[in-house]
Formats: sequence, C-alpha cells, structure tokens
Amino acid sequence: MTRSIHGLFALMLATALGFGQTAAQEKFITVASTTSTQASGLFDHILPIFQQKSGIQVRVVAVGTGQAIKIGEKGDADVLFVHHRPSEDKFVAGGFGVKRYDVMYNDYVVVGPKSDPAKVMGSKDVVGAFKRIAAAKAPFASRADDSGTHKMELSLWKEGAIDVKAASGTWYRETGSGMGATLNTAAAMNAYALADRGTWLSFKNRADLTVAVEGDRKLFNPYGIILVNPRKFPHVKADLGQAFIDWIVGKDGQQAIAGYTIGGESLFIPDAK
Amino acid sequence: MAREMSGAPAILPLAVEGLTYTAGEARLIDDLTFRLEPGPRTVIVGPNGAGKSLLLRLCHGLLTPTAGTIRWSGGAGPDASRRQAMVFQRPVMLRRSAAANVEFALSLRHIPRDQRKQRVAAALAKTGLADVAGRPARVLSFGEQQRLALARAWALEPQVLWLDEPTASLDPAATRAVEAIIDAIHAGGTKIVMTTHDLGQARRLGDEIVLLHKGRIVERAPTADFFERPQSPLSRAFIQGELLW
Amino acid sequence: MTDFGAAFAAAVSLIATLDAGLVEIVGLSLRVSLSAVFIATMISLPLGAAVALFRFPGRGAVVVVLNALMGLPPVVVGLIVYLMLSRAGPFGVLGLLFTPTAMIVAQVILITPIIASLARQVIEDLWEEYSEQLRSLGAGPRQAVGALLWDGRFSLFTAVLAGFGRASAEVGAVMIVGGNIDHVTRVMTTAIALEVSKGDLALALGLGIILIVLSVGITGAAFVLRESARRAHGA
Repeated sequence: MTRSIHGLFALMLATALGFGQTAAQEKFITVASTTSTQASGLFDHILPIFQQKSGIQVRVVAVGTGQAIKIGEKGDADVLFVHHRPSEDKFVAGGFGVKRYDVMYNDYVVVGPKSDPAKVMGSKDVVGAFKRIAAAKAPFASRADDSGTHKMELSLWKEGAIDVKAASGTWYRETGSGMGATLNTAAAMNAYALADRGTWLSFKNRADLTVAVEGDRKLFNPYGIILVNPRKFPHVKADLGQAFIDWIVGKDGQQAIAGYTIGGESLFIPDAK
Repeated sequence: MAREMSGAPAILPLAVEGLTYTAGEARLIDDLTFRLEPGPRTVIVGPNGAGKSLLLRLCHGLLTPTAGTIRWSGGAGPDASRRQAMVFQRPVMLRRSAAANVEFALSLRHIPRDQRKQRVAAALAKTGLADVAGRPARVLSFGEQQRLALARAWALEPQVLWLDEPTASLDPAATRAVEAIIDAIHAGGTKIVMTTHDLGQARRLGDEIVLLHKGRIVERAPTADFFERPQSPLSRAFIQGELLW
Repeated sequence: MTDFGAAFAAAVSLIATLDAGLVEIVGLSLRVSLSAVFIATMISLPLGAAVALFRFPGRGAVVVVLNALMGLPPVVVGLIVYLMLSRAGPFGVLGLLFTPTAMIVAQVILITPIIASLARQVIEDLWEEYSEQLRSLGAGPRQAVGALLWDGRFSLFTAVLAGFGRASAEVGAVMIVGGNIDHVTRVMTTAIALEVSKGDLALALGLGIILIVLSVGITGAAFVLRESARRAHGA
C-alpha cells in the first residue's frame, strides 16, 4: 500500500510538472470573453495572427458577459473582452480593471420564424416589435443567463414596459444558456430571439429562422477590452495582457477584425479610437 | 521435513480450560477443559451442530472464546498461531496457480524467497500435484483442490494441523488420496486434529476419538476402546447411528 | 434524418483526414481521463479495501456516503473545484484554474467514489470467502489487502473501467474548471458542446460518434483482455 501511495504522489507530481512545463515554456494570457466572440469564429481568425507576431498564446475562456466579469473579479483572467458597457464601467470603477478600451462593434438582430406570427418582419423599431411579440404572445427564447445579450434584451423589454417575468414559462421561454444553445431552442420551437449578428451569421442550424428586425440604433453592440488590475491581483500578467490590448486596438488588430467576414459580410466593425 | 523447524520451540501440549462460546442464549461450546498432547491423531466426532467446527476454530484462534483459556506451551503467545495450519471442508483457493497458492502461504510466513521454490515443488510432489503446478487453482477438480489445500498447509511444516471435515464433499477415490496425505503429514511429526462425520474414517485415521455433543465432551478414548467398549450411553447411541443431534 | 448522414460523413472525414485538431483533442481527452483514472484508482482501491475489511466507528456512514457520491453531479464537482482553484480560493496560488491539471482534479473527485464503492463490494465479497483462510495462514491486514486486490483484479478492473467511462463522458465539470480553451483544455465533450452552441449539429454529432467509438473500443479491448486473462487464471 505504501508503494501505491508513493506511486500516486510520483504521478501527481509528474502530471503537475508535465502540464506545468507546457505552461511555463509558452508565454500565455487568459482572456475571459463572451460566447459571441468565440461562436462567431472571430478568435479563430485573429488569435493566430497575434500569436505569430508576439509569441503570446491567448487562452480564451468563452462564457456569458456576466460570468466573464465574475471570473475577472476573482482574478482568474488577465484580460476581459466583453460587451455590456454598464457592467464594464462598473468593473473598472470597482478597481477590478485598469481601463476600458473600445475595440469593435456589431449589432444585435431579432430573429424569428419566416411565418412571422407577430408581424414584425422588416421593422426597424425594435421596441415596437417586442411589444407586438408580447401582444401576439408569440414564443420568444431568452438567454436568461446574465450575458451581455441578455442584459440588452431586458433593457428593451423594460423600455416597452413589458413584464416578461410574469410571462416566463408561457410565450416567454428562458433557456438559461449561451447564444448558440438559445438559437437552437428558437429554431426548434419557431420562436423569436435576440442575437448578436456575429453568432447569427456563423450559426448553422437555422431551420426556419431568419432576421426579422435590424437596423435600430438601439441594437448597437459595442465590445470593450479591459486589463484586469494587477494592483489588485499581483499574479495578473500585466505586460502580456497589455501587449494584447495594444495590438487589438492598434492598426494590425483592427485590420484583422475587419478582415473577418462570412459570405462577404463583416461580422464586427473595428472602432478603436 | 517437519523437524527442519527444530529451532522453533514446541507449542504442544495445548491446555484448554473452561472454554465457552455462546451465540445469544445458546452455549455452543460449553465449559470444555482438556489437553492435546503431541503424537496421537485426535479425531473429533459428533452429530451435526455438536460444535466440532467451532472447537477447531476456537483452538486455532479464528474465533475468540466467550470465556476460558487456550494456553500453548513454551509461552509462544501469538507466535503459536504461526506453527499451526488449518484445512477447511471447502478448500479456499486463491485465484492464482496451484504453485502460487502454496508460495503465497510461504511468503506470509516469511520463508526466504530462494527456499520457497523448492518447498513449493516438494509439497506439490508429495501431494501428487506436480503436473498441475502451473494450472489455475480454481479450475482443478474438487479432490485436487483439497489436496492443494493440504500441500499448502504441509509446506508450512506446522506442529499442529487442524482439519475440518476435509473429505466431506469428496468421492471415495479422492477421500483415499486425502487420507494418505494426512497420514504422511502425521508421519512427519505433525499433530493431527480433525473432525469428521464418517465413522469409518474415524476408525482408519484416529488414534483417539473425542465425542462432542451439544458443546460438551461426552467421551474421549483410544479408538479401539471407543468403538469396542464405549463408556457412555450417548457414545453407544452415536456409534449405532441413533444419535442424530 | 439528413443530420445523421451528415454526422457520419463528418465523423468519417475527420478520421480519414486524421484532422490535426481532432487528434489534439482526442489526445488531451485521453491524457486527462487516463491520468484521472490512474490517480483515482490509487486512492480508491486502498480506500475500498479498508472499508471492506476493517470495522471502525462511522464505517456504515462511509459506505452510505461513498454510494451516494457515485452519483455526484459533474457540474457541482466542477463548481467546487472551480471555487477551490480560483485565485480567490484556497488553492488559488497554484494557478491551476483553466489547466488540464484542474480537469484531472475534478475528474478524480468525480470518479473516486465510483471506483471505491465498486471496489468495496468486490473486496468485501472476496473477503467473505478468503477471511478464515488468510487469517489461518497468518496474513496481517496489509498482506490481506494485497492478496484481495490481486485476486480481485479482474473484477476491480471492471470498476476502474466504469470510472474511465464516467470520466471520459462527462462535460459539466471539465467545462467549468477547464474553460474549453482551444489547444489547452478542449476535450471531446467540451468540443461537442461548443459545436452544438455554434449550431453545427452534424459536426457535433460526428465528434460524438468518434467519442462513442473510442469509448466502446477502449472498454471493449479492455473487456476482451480481461476475459482472456481471467479464463487463463480460472478466476
């Protein structure tokens, strides 16, 4: 038995060292980001360009904006790359982040079934469309996961003075999951949903869904990038993280973002100042 | 062979006093006092439930008595158990080869590795198992398994060998083989204490007979005396097959 | 039904071209799960044997807890390990969150109760049979445990396989503590979850088919090996 215990320790050590070494040899940073940036394929396009140039590996943990901010607040990431301006400002104001930079934007779209039971197809007024969906009690799939998209959706319902909490479980379906999973749900039940354009464009399982509402200024979806505060979390790789931020808001990074297209359509529009 | 252990102090005679074992209200072994001397083969007989198996297990140390003492001579203490071996009615075969079964027992007794191989081979040869040494123990026939159990015990060169109905599940041919091995072990100087419900076997193997009934010793006598001139009415009834429990 | 056709096509083309991404993901999956199984085995066999053999106060409670923990929800395990390994948590200084090591830790916690429970049952049954003989031969507790583990090896191997099955199939824990980082902590199950979220159900199912084939292949090969060895040993 002692022998097996020795073996156990040897193995744990070897495992830890083995994996630790890969980590130590490569320069890397951990970026907490949103499902939209990953599912849209943007990272697959831009990160290899950055890594080749800088030798820094970017490890992306893609979750909802709400959870990404929690990861940052615990100091478990070096950089935050998210899309919900009020949460981002609060993060910086709370001392968790150093400074927020504009990176890019795209817009949200309301997708829905081609049959269009709420008669909103082609509208440019998103709040009006939401009111009609509610009035028609047409099924609507909400992410309900505290993500940036979810927060945006809630603010739109609020503006239309619609109490979706009361309707939850009837026509208003809270999936509690990521953008892709919510779109899968919407496709399966012919529901309307709010999606970021990037994820929508790269989403393959559309079934009967199509874009119903777009072009409202309210659907503007800006992305920001923030270095997690090294004064609060000394282990944060401030130099490497800042190098990534400088690159992505610089000329090369902005070009890389603009260069990511699907079917000739840009998914994100760079807007760093 | 057995006397290769001449360096080890003798653990016999064994003195048992007031030995009692109860389960709930039942006194399964009831205040036994007796001695076991080296030499004669002691055969314990008695109807089902008399407590024969219990008595062997108590003496061997597998069970803890409710009351009474079991004292080995020479102050061997816990070491006494290392100079004994036991063979059960149903042989317990480890899931490995016949040879490995014997070798495992030797390794438990800290026999140096270089001596084990030779002792394993000797024990298997003496029990007629040399040909099946490499076979998995659990695919051997029942008779072979019991012989292997004896070989395993024999290899330990015990001063006392406890045998609990070793042939109860065997056919006549296998029984004869086992009896021959028991004789050979005894001839090597090992004290034999066995239980049986086969009176013919008791006559063949026993130098003395102990009749146990309801946890008490009814009669203890040399084999010829026990069968020719039983002293107790219970013994007479038992010999005539009328004492069933 | 075209989805299934497309899934098979995706699976076949991934395998046929020996897709580099796939090879990497499969490799990491095996590395993580096999490490977890190895470590969990080293912990749970002695643990299962101890619970099977020794009578100590609270033993009944340990048995019940082990059995109950067999059904630990992976997400809960993931969450607990996440909070432990987070920079803000007690083991934060190790910097293990979002690494394969964190995934191994989570899987070890997940499958140790499974292997330990099954092992306890196997060893207890064997001990029932061996107990008197081993004590008669003078085996101490350590020697008895050694003999039981060795003689129960074929059944114990099945327990270990059950642990491997659980480890390689779960997604909830590794997703949370690993973060599904490409080239670092992306394994088969999290890759499938990602493809589902991209709406690429055919590719997701294709990966799923590969995972199932791998898992069936490994357990099947192990079963055949075990059976032939078992027959050879008459166990």
